[in-house]
Amino acid sequence: MALDRDLVGRSYPPSAVYEVGRAKIAEFAAAIGDGSPLYRDAEAARAAGHPDVIAPPTFAIAVSLEAAMVVLDDPDVAIDYSRVVHGEQKFAHHRPIRAGDRLVATTTIDAARTVAGNDLLTARVDLTTEDGEAVCTATSMLVARGET
Amino acid sequence: MSIPADVAVGTELPQQVYRVTRADLVRYAGASGDFNPIHWNDRVATAVGLPGVIAHGMFTMALAGRAVTDWTGDPGALVEYQVRFGRPVVVPDDDAGAEVTVSGRVGALLDDDRIRVDLAVTSDGEKVLSLARATVRLT
Repeated sequence: MALDRDLVGRSYPPSAVYEVGRAKIAEFAAAIGDGSPLYRDAEAARAAGHPDVIAPPTFAIAVSLEAAMVVLDDPDVAIDYSRVVHGEQKFAHHRPIRAGDRLVATTTIDAARTVAGNDLLTARVDLTTEDGEAVCTATSMLVARGET
Repeated sequence: MSIPADVAVGTELPQQVYRVTRADLVRYAGASGDFNPIHWNDRVATAVGLPGVIAHGMFTMALAGRAVTDWTGDPGALVEYQVRFGRPVVVPDDDAGAEVTVSGRVGALLDDDRIRVDLAVTSDGEKVLSLARATVRLT
């Protein structure tokens, strides 16, 4: 099914607050095999100029991908979730995510098009603190493969 | 490690080879919250037409990111990072798993003391990520 171009620019209500915990950052760093002390040791992070331990650059996906799913729940977005694969991912970090951050995710449809029977949908998730400080923009391009 | 002071277009990052086993995928599923069964269940993976269980694309992206942040020293210096997911990394159900090889070179010197690193990411001789680029702040 073709995606409606009018979807472009549609924005969804902000998510509930996601509080970034030190243990979650350490768990994520261990899962990707990254031994950097800046993910585990607040003193090392402070010595490098960060207020607390920071998260690996791709940690934002743990917050943003679920937020992006709001798009697939939209009844106007005619996409078969079982056929969706992750096509592209981009992170723009305004500053590193760090322990103690209370993040709110706001999702916007940046692009929607149908190419060769595949639906391509680009969802931008703006992660800010509760107080509105921009932290990370995570952009996911999702591909729903056509039924050919 | 840290970025050499004479960094220039063409400067190469140390090549990294990462081994990925089924256990790594289970651990990443838990840490990231992505429990799609194609990353741990052969029955489901083959039913949707895959050769077998495949690594999370985001896991491969994270490994390629390590090649950059190990080089910069401070992961906070990676200000932009993007990839296109090409071929999947198939992870066999054995102790050896799969290998992901990451090479990188400086592709451009940018404004504001930043550089662009272009990454080449392969598994089993095939390119698995394309247009993989990281922007790194030098100061």
